Amino acid sequence: MTTATVEALSPATATRIKPIAHWHDRLSQLLLLGMCLALVVFLLAPLAMILVKSVQDRDGAFVGLQQFRDYFDTPALRQSIVHTLSIAGAVTAITVPLAFSFAYALTRSCMPFKSTLRLVALTPILAPSLLPAISFIQWFGTQGVLKWTLGGASVYGPTGIIISSVYAAFPHALMIVLTALLLADGRLYEAAESLGTPTLRRFFTITLPGAKYGLISAAMVVFSYTVSEFGIPKVIGGNFNVLALDIFKQVIGQQNFNKGAVVSLVLLVPVLVAFVIDSTMQGRLQAQFSSRAVPFAPKPKPAFDVAMLGFCVTVCTLLLAVLGMAIYTSFIKLWPYDKSFSMRHYTFGLVDGGVISAFFNSLEMAFFTALVGTVLIFGGAYLLEKTRGMSALRALIRLLAAIPMGVPGMVLGLGYIFFFNHPDNPLNVLYHGMAILVISTIIHYYTSSHLTAVTALKALDNEFEAVSASLKVPFYKTFFRVTIPVCLPAILDIGRYLFVNAMTTISAVVFLYSPDTKLASLAILNLDDAGEIGAAAAMATLIVAASTTVCVIYAVVTRFLLVRTQAWRRPVTV
Amino acid sequence: MPQAAASKDSYLKLESIRKTFGKFVALKGVGLAVERGELVIFLGPSGCGKTTLLRIVAGLETQDSGSIVQGGRDISRLPAMQRDYGIVFQSYALFPNLSIFDNVAYGLVNRRKGRDEIQRRVSELLKLIGLPDAGRKYPGQLSGGQQQRIALARALATAPGLLLLDEPLSALDAIERVRLRGEIRALQQRLGVTTVMVTHDQEEALSMADRVVVMNHGVIEQIGTPEQIYREPASAFVADFVGKVNVLAAVAEGGGRLRVGRLLLEGAPGAGALSTGARVSLYLRPEDVMINGAAAAMPNTASAKVTKVEFLGAFCHVTVELAGAEEQPLLINMSRHAIDDMKLCPGAALSVGLPPECMRLLV
Ligand SMILES: Nc1ncnc2c1ncn2[C@@H]1O[C@H](COP(=O)(O)OP(=O)(O)O)[C@@H](O)[C@H]1O
Ligand SMILES: [Mg+2]
Repeated sequence: MTTATVEALSPATATRIKPIAHWHDRLSQLLLLGMCLALVVFLLAPLAMILVKSVQDRDGAFVGLQQFRDYFDTPALRQSIVHTLSIAGAVTAITVPLAFSFAYALTRSCMPFKSTLRLVALTPILAPSLLPAISFIQWFGTQGVLKWTLGGASVYGPTGIIISSVYAAFPHALMIVLTALLLADGRLYEAAESLGTPTLRRFFTITLPGAKYGLISAAMVVFSYTVSEFGIPKVIGGNFNVLALDIFKQVIGQQNFNKGAVVSLVLLVPVLVAFVIDSTMQGRLQAQFSSRAVPFAPKPKPAFDVAMLGFCVTVCTLLLAVLGMAIYTSFIKLWPYDKSFSMRHYTFGLVDGGVISAFFNSLEMAFFTALVGTVLIFGGAYLLEKTRGMSALRALIRLLAAIPMGVPGMVLGLGYIFFFNHPDNPLNVLYHGMAILVISTIIHYYTSSHLTAVTALKALDNEFEAVSASLKVPFYKTFFRVTIPVCLPAILDIGRYLFVNAMTTISAVVFLYSPDTKLASLAILNLDDAGEIGAAAAMATLIVAASTTVCVIYAVVTRFLLVRTQAWRRPVTV
Repeated sequence: MPQAAASKDSYLKLESIRKTFGKFVALKGVGLAVERGELVIFLGPSGCGKTTLLRIVAGLETQDSGSIVQGGRDISRLPAMQRDYGIVFQSYALFPNLSIFDNVAYGLVNRRKGRDEIQRRVSELLKLIGLPDAGRKYPGQLSGGQQQRIALARALATAPGLLLLDEPLSALDAIERVRLRGEIRALQQRLGVTTVMVTHDQEEALSMADRVVVMNHGVIEQIGTPEQIYREPASAFVADFVGKVNVLAAVAEGGGRLRVGRLLLEGAPGAGALSTGARVSLYLRPEDVMINGAAAAMPNTASAKVTKVEFLGAFCHVTVELAGAEEQPLLINMSRHAIDDMKLCPGAALSVGLPPECMRLLV
């Protein structure tokens, strides 16, 4: 009775056992299907429409590549490509070293005030991209205080676009490089030190290679940010043409949607290339640091620390000077003639001008984007990571969730016009309403939020769902009782991210608003066009104030949660 | 010795379970029966399919083919929610944001039991696992071993008919592991709950199980009591995997005699049935080898030379070369006292006896 019981393999004719699906499984699979459908309708279909439109003429007749030929035969348009790429190249070349030095100071020196400096360095995220453009006009424009520093050169044009973009892109680069440097393994430095490796050599043999993927990833993000940016060149670009502006001019100015589709496909190319490189780098970054690294603890070196502090204070001063100028402009009578304090840009310019409704529209849009977006994105990520069955569908959803990162807002917005403004589309009731603004913004910022949610969910034990099934507790009960409470910090983070971006976004929504749903960032464009730079600055200030308020609320709530739950949550240190 | 057919009323019966992941065959048609109240342990090297088999029993994976009957009910196709078991994972999977009380009560709350009843049941369980005062703490505040017991209490709370444990002790340190072995076994016997446990630790399997199922590469190599697995390994794999063993290459000489090198051995069980010239492997545990005085009265004796003495704490491994079979070193377990008494050191001579009743021949 000790012989092995090895039975014959089941005959080839035997059919695979089909498990009886519990209605819980069916429910989660149904929801997953709905999620996939939503991504197809609100992401894939609009993008596909751009492809279709690019090979049609205005009347909808198929013309093959004729429009592309026309495009490349127009010297002004061709020139935009060169302009766009060189601007983006310059912005990347300035921003990434700047961000790296800043992150290096934060992680490798013992300078004081680190958290304050870091906070200030991230403030540009709170502002719409139009804010630095307005601010630099005040500093260096026709009537700028510092105009003389430019010699005879004008800030309107490439100079203005580059410095404004560096301001706007800096925090994005900083966060990526900071993460890469924070993840570096302290043991490598200890080993190097014990071997007597000189500082400079340590920098080139450990720090730089360790941060390589982070640096490349940051460069790609800055590059595609600048390529996709439309507000900055609109305000401070003068007659300097870039691709994003060309789309705007073709669509809004000339109502030539098909040409707009062609330009947006041209714009898509560099962004997609950058996106693919970035994804590859992110993958390697994860792999490089998946093992448990010991965090690096810097030792005080007075001269180095003081130098680093000097650098960071300078950068922060410059950043605050940009933000401060916009706020200052909004509170004085008339730059540069009457600098006395005045609320007239708010009272007269915004309220009496009837523009203030745009701010409330923005608040409403950002609120719903944060609320609906967080529920859908976190819920979707949960279904994707923690339920079972339909593995092919899951792979498709993962792919779809990664796409928005590689699609500039203008391209998405144009796709929405094509798809939702189509008379035969039953969904065209959405068009021109608040809903389409909310949906497009959720989709536009989907990828980052989705990744935040997935990371948080992956940190949970994989067997929670199995345990609750064995205890006969429905999966949704465990979702509400365990998954959500444990992931609450990440959920709040997603909400804050969506809110702030919805307050400042401009590129996708510029094609989608109606007079009733005009947003604050769009109002800034119009005010600037009308020469009302004081009122524009006031509106930008209101956006910053709203974003800041939400971030402060987020910080307070998170702190409170951590205190309240510290009994079970081991404190997380950054 | 054919496997005794699973008795009609075995509590859990698996038949021809086959499972593939893509092209990889994880389980090649395995069958076994677990009796009511029994503790059965799946033992095998990492990656042999133990966890997969356990998850199939739990309904967390679906077998490609084969059937599962639990308590007379065919559960082959049932979803996990409709099966009757409690499970403890290697990671414990305790809910970090719920107190110990809420963790243990998790499955009870859903059954619309009264508050008092839940309260009573949870205290009873916490007392049972020896942590009566832990209710208000959180999992993160307990040690690994305590968390493990909480996970056990949570799995037992709803009084399931079957308890499944996947490497429940492997995340613990050595001392705690040994203590919990005994505790789990005692608890299981007290409650009489039918239990299937998975481990790759042979000592754990031998010390806890009623019966051990030795697995390798998706196949069951042997099912038997710990004694049978150790004393009568059914295959070379089992003999190698469970405990230390000497493997000597032997040739049948006819008349029940075997030749190892130039040494002739007799009396090995089953040797008489071999045709002359057949090559077999002779398995002999190191602790079964006799020496000097004890060896004198034995049929298979040989003189030997010590080549190595390895100190292992409670006992020692002595490696010797048998005169006539020098190329096949033999390992012997001896107590430290015996070694001191005989002043054994490399180069020392002794006589060795190989008891035929302890030999096992495998092809
Ligand atoms: N979900 C899965 N997909 C693919 N292969 C799997 C999966 N689960 C297990 N395997 C493979 O099946 C084999 C058996 O796994 P497992 O049952 O976990 O082994 P163990 O005996 O160590 O518990 C392993 O080779 C493993 O790689
Ligand atoms: Mg396993």
